[in-house]
Amino acid sequence: MSTKQNTNLFNKKLILQATKDSFIKLNPGSLVKNPVIFIVAIGSLLTSIVVFASLFNGNFSSFNLQIAIWLWFTVLFANFSEAIAEGRGKAQAESLRKNRTQTQARKLTGQKEELVSAPELKKGDVVVCEAGDVIPSDGEVIEGIASVDESAITGESAPVIRESGGDRSAVTGGTKVISDRILIRITSEPGDTFIDRMIALVEGAKRKKTPNEIALSILLSGLSIIFLLAVVTLPAFFAYSLSASGLPASQNLTIPVLIALLVCLIPTTIGGLLSAIGISGMDRLLQRNVIATSGRAIEAAGDVDVLLLDKTGTITLGNRMATDFIPADGVTVEELASAAQLSSLSDETPEGRSIVILAKEKFNIRGREVQQLNALFIPFTAQSRMSGVDIKTKDGQTRQIRKGSAEAIRSFVQNNNSFYPQNIQDVVSELARQGATPLVVAQDNKVLGVIHLKDIVKGGIKQRFAELRKMGIKTVMITGDNALTAAAIAAEAGVDDFMAEATPEDKLRRIREEQANGHLVGMIGDGTNDAPALAQADIGIAMNSGTQAAREAGNMVDLDSNPTKLIEVVEVGKQLLMTRGALTTFSIANDVAKYFAIIPAIAISLYSGKNGIGPLSALNVMNLGSPQSAILSAVIFNAIIIILLIPLALKGVPYRPVSANTALIKNLFIYGLGGLIAPFIGIKLIDLLINL
Amino acid sequence: MTIQDIIQVLLFFALLIGLTPILGNFMSKVFAGERHFMLPVFGWLEKLIYKFIGIAPNEEANWKSYTFGLLLFNLIGFIFVFLIQLFQTYLPFNPAHLPNVTWHSAFNTSVSFVTNTNWQGYAGETTMSYFVQMIGLTVQNFVSAATGMAVLLALIRGLSRKTTDKLGNFWTDITRIILYVLLPLSILFAIVLVGQGVVQNFKPYEEVQTLQGALQVIPMGPAASQIAIKQLGTNGGGFFNANSAHPFENPTPFSNFLEMLFILLIPASLTFTYGKMVGSTRQGWTIFTAMLILLIVGLGISLYAEYSSNPIFGNLPLMEGKETRFGITNSVLWSTVTTAASNGSVNAMHESLSPLAGMVTIINILLGEVIFGGVGAGLYGMVIFIILTVFIAGLMVGRTPEYLGKKIEAFEVQMAIIAILAPSFVILLFTAWASVSNLGLSSLNNAGPHGFSEILYAFSSAAGNNGSAFAGLNANTPFYNLTTGLGMIIGRFGIIIPVLAIAGKMAGKKITPPSAGTFHTDNGLFIGLLIAVILIVGGLTFFPALSLGPIIEHLLMNSGTTF
Repeated sequence: MSTKQNTNLFNKKLILQATKDSFIKLNPGSLVKNPVIFIVAIGSLLTSIVVFASLFNGNFSSFNLQIAIWLWFTVLFANFSEAIAEGRGKAQAESLRKNRTQTQARKLTGQKEELVSAPELKKGDVVVCEAGDVIPSDGEVIEGIASVDESAITGESAPVIRESGGDRSAVTGGTKVISDRILIRITSEPGDTFIDRMIALVEGAKRKKTPNEIALSILLSGLSIIFLLAVVTLPAFFAYSLSASGLPASQNLTIPVLIALLVCLIPTTIGGLLSAIGISGMDRLLQRNVIATSGRAIEAAGDVDVLLLDKTGTITLGNRMATDFIPADGVTVEELASAAQLSSLSDETPEGRSIVILAKEKFNIRGREVQQLNALFIPFTAQSRMSGVDIKTKDGQTRQIRKGSAEAIRSFVQNNNSFYPQNIQDVVSELARQGATPLVVAQDNKVLGVIHLKDIVKGGIKQRFAELRKMGIKTVMITGDNALTAAAIAAEAGVDDFMAEATPEDKLRRIREEQANGHLVGMIGDGTNDAPALAQADIGIAMNSGTQAAREAGNMVDLDSNPTKLIEVVEVGKQLLMTRGALTTFSIANDVAKYFAIIPAIAISLYSGKNGIGPLSALNVMNLGSPQSAILSAVIFNAIIIILLIPLALKGVPYRPVSANTALIKNLFIYGLGGLIAPFIGIKLIDLLINL
Repeated sequence: MTIQDIIQVLLFFALLIGLTPILGNFMSKVFAGERHFMLPVFGWLEKLIYKFIGIAPNEEANWKSYTFGLLLFNLIGFIFVFLIQLFQTYLPFNPAHLPNVTWHSAFNTSVSFVTNTNWQGYAGETTMSYFVQMIGLTVQNFVSAATGMAVLLALIRGLSRKTTDKLGNFWTDITRIILYVLLPLSILFAIVLVGQGVVQNFKPYEEVQTLQGALQVIPMGPAASQIAIKQLGTNGGGFFNANSAHPFENPTPFSNFLEMLFILLIPASLTFTYGKMVGSTRQGWTIFTAMLILLIVGLGISLYAEYSSNPIFGNLPLMEGKETRFGITNSVLWSTVTTAASNGSVNAMHESLSPLAGMVTIINILLGEVIFGGVGAGLYGMVIFIILTVFIAGLMVGRTPEYLGKKIEAFEVQMAIIAILAPSFVILLFTAWASVSNLGLSSLNNAGPHGFSEILYAFSSAAGNNGSAFAGLNANTPFYNLTTGLGMIIGRFGIIIPVLAIAGKMAGKKITPPSAGTFHTDNGLFIGLLIAVILIVGGLTFFPALSLGPIIEHLLMNSGTTF
């Protein structure tokens, strides 16, 4: 899937479709899912009936008509916000569908191959795929190795290796085999493949309300009921007041006015935007190439307060890098660097390349063509545990340059009847103690020195962890290294805690312990042996490159297989909850101003003298033009604010990693205080416009 | 205000703040079943009671059983008080030969005393025998107060325990609360009151000849013992109809000061108990401060309204409806304190307060009786608002909202909403009914917005379990007896049941340890937020009603119109 495609907030096609959808969503079946907006819709209907009836009984009022129109707009705007959020998901689903081919699969029964159509494949079937074939369904490679183009789901064009056994055995339906031949055991039932689920998710077809969304809906419904009570009892209070002020009962509040008041008081702003916020949260995750299996998982991500992070790939770059040359006694550092570089020229391992780079950077030793040197590359083997070159010199002699583990080089030089210097021994032990990997270089029978290979902590990661700490999230580094090495790297990276020599069982135990203490744990993993821990963690992100078991166990899949994603996922979760809280606060704070607009307007005649202006006009602090324009302005403000806040609902409130208190003060200031003040200004402006 | 007035108000708050941790600390020991100095005094009685009613004191119940026990206990109390009123002529200690109480008044009164409301549709000295007053009403003064504290105690356990379903033993809880907290304090207080001149006897009413030569009946009775608990247990039901404006209930300025202090003493101290038992006294002080701010703001508005000149009386003090023995400051302070604390005893007629001061008393009740509130009830009502505040504002820090490490989820929000809705439902619907039906309107003594305030006050007082009356409304009619009776039941148990449900659910949850990412509920910011939510969620509902009652009356008064 190309999630990096155009997901502009407002492109023309999207708006057009969303506008259409907002009318389709007027059907009661979909309205009733949102209680607050459902109340508005009923109110709009009642007001419309009043207006319609007035056409016949001759007391038509354009005021009522305008109220009715704006009430319908309120409903439509709420629908529109949901439609536009869904529309963005649908666009992504569309591009996914194109990639889901109705391909023929070569099903293997015993030794016999037969052609079946992909949707007929069941869990457990075995199929053959060769270069050029599209993989018919999700499965696991049980034989062979192949390079696979997964751009259809990851958007990444470089092919990846998939092989049987190990941690890179899972293949996804819809991806394409580029080379070689593999046997695949199908692991998902038809219609329930990874792509199917992704489509369902981004389309919001199976969207269930998340726990926090349910709780918030209950709150909003409860507030609506409270305000409903306040409004339905108002005519009785008015009847009393009218008779007490000697006014006729016929001056009691009309249905449109009551409904206008109700709609202004119930939390329509957050009610209208609630589902858009949820959908766009999922969407923001998708834009980071992470698929959550449920909206619940995104919410939980915001709550995570312990992160288990694998050292390799997350905290350190995947490979060790050469950082220093330490020569033996009587050897210059340039000699050592030169030899080390020669031995690594043909060494394509990351460590080897890093040695060449270091030699160039530090001593300006240029790359030399191996062929010109007449050299023979000796690759690393598990037996020799060293690599290097044999160079034929002009005098016909052979220079043997080797680099490798201290043990290997010791036996190499000792086999050549030479001795292994004491200072080298010391350097090697010292480096090991620091958590580094010493690589000893020798030429023929002479030990030249040591290359310092080091785990490189990723740039900026320490700052990232500091941010997490500010947000109240504890980081735990997990590594197979011994405690000494682990401690050194943990200190350098600035994690809060580490687990050395960790086995998968250790991880699982650690997660359970943290959870028992009330923490919510997030982790990312790829291997089959990570699966139990992924399942146990509150947020388990499986890398897309990992095994099927891992992908099934986690509740999110990271398509980029990038371990630092975990941190971004937490941020998306927090931002989602913040957006909900901010808009709820804003919505509730709005009520104060609306009361001050509507109450003096409806109660103006009560206890009035001859001029018809009663004492409650003192509450008209906004000095609104007329009672009718006051009510209308409040209703219009209430409708328009939904449209104005759609971008905020879709993008989420600006997020920065700060402590809870700082975030609260900032959001309270903007959305609480802003929510209190904004409608006073907005309603006044609208009132000025109406009375122009 | 004179300098003496100011000194007295300051002394009042200083004593309140000073006594809070002392009594609060003691109560936390009683509640937790720890050792305390009252144990040697009444410990034997506690054991005897358990033996007598046959319970195992340490056997704990889940929230449903706890609630069932509580409801059963209250139901039995209700039936008992109801019956002895209906048949008081056949019962002893009725020297004034008062007749049997009407069924609707008996219903109203028994509901009223069981729900800790102590709304009095009847006049004490002309309706109830000494037997009913003592065995019925005074006993309920103790047990209804203990019930409220037991609910709070269950809620505290729910918040401070983890992954359990046990909330404690209701019978043990009320036994301990009565034996070690309410009874000793009442005895102490009653003795002081008797020293100040409050009557305490079983004599028949005395007839005396006044200086003008007229005959006057002077009511007697065991008043001091009931007054002590009516103040301490935020009950407020007076022995005499004039309540604490009556010289036999409240004879001296000193007794007046003590009675005011004792209204708030237990509700205020419970905030400290709460903090102590949930593991952070800061949490308790936070709640205390929020309550204190709301109280002082209300008091300020009332004092301003009463002392400011108005166009009708000029600069004369408004003494109508106030006791000359106490004066304006003491009347206003009492009216604020008694409505804030769901006590409902009065030493002045609230109806005669100026519109704004009258509005403060209504608002204190309308906000849900959470400004210190009833014993236990005020604090558990406040926790409901805390849950709402945490839920709304807590989201803004980007985590599922949590309070004291417990996540606030759908169930808790639902229960909190029910608890907020229950009293609003009663107040708005019954006020609406009464203000358009003859049944309601025929009881009014005043016209205009003031009459409307009378109705609004009556139902607020019932639903808020306050019990004070605005007066001016003849509430002893079948209509008002039944509607306010129903209102009291809904306003009491419509909150208690959701609170216990929340307690039960919370007890089962884990406790997330606090971190930098935690939403703090123990700082000034939270106090501000909590007050804002109380005013907006609790108050905005009633803004239209208030503007048609006291607000309009105030505005009219400024233009020279009164009712």
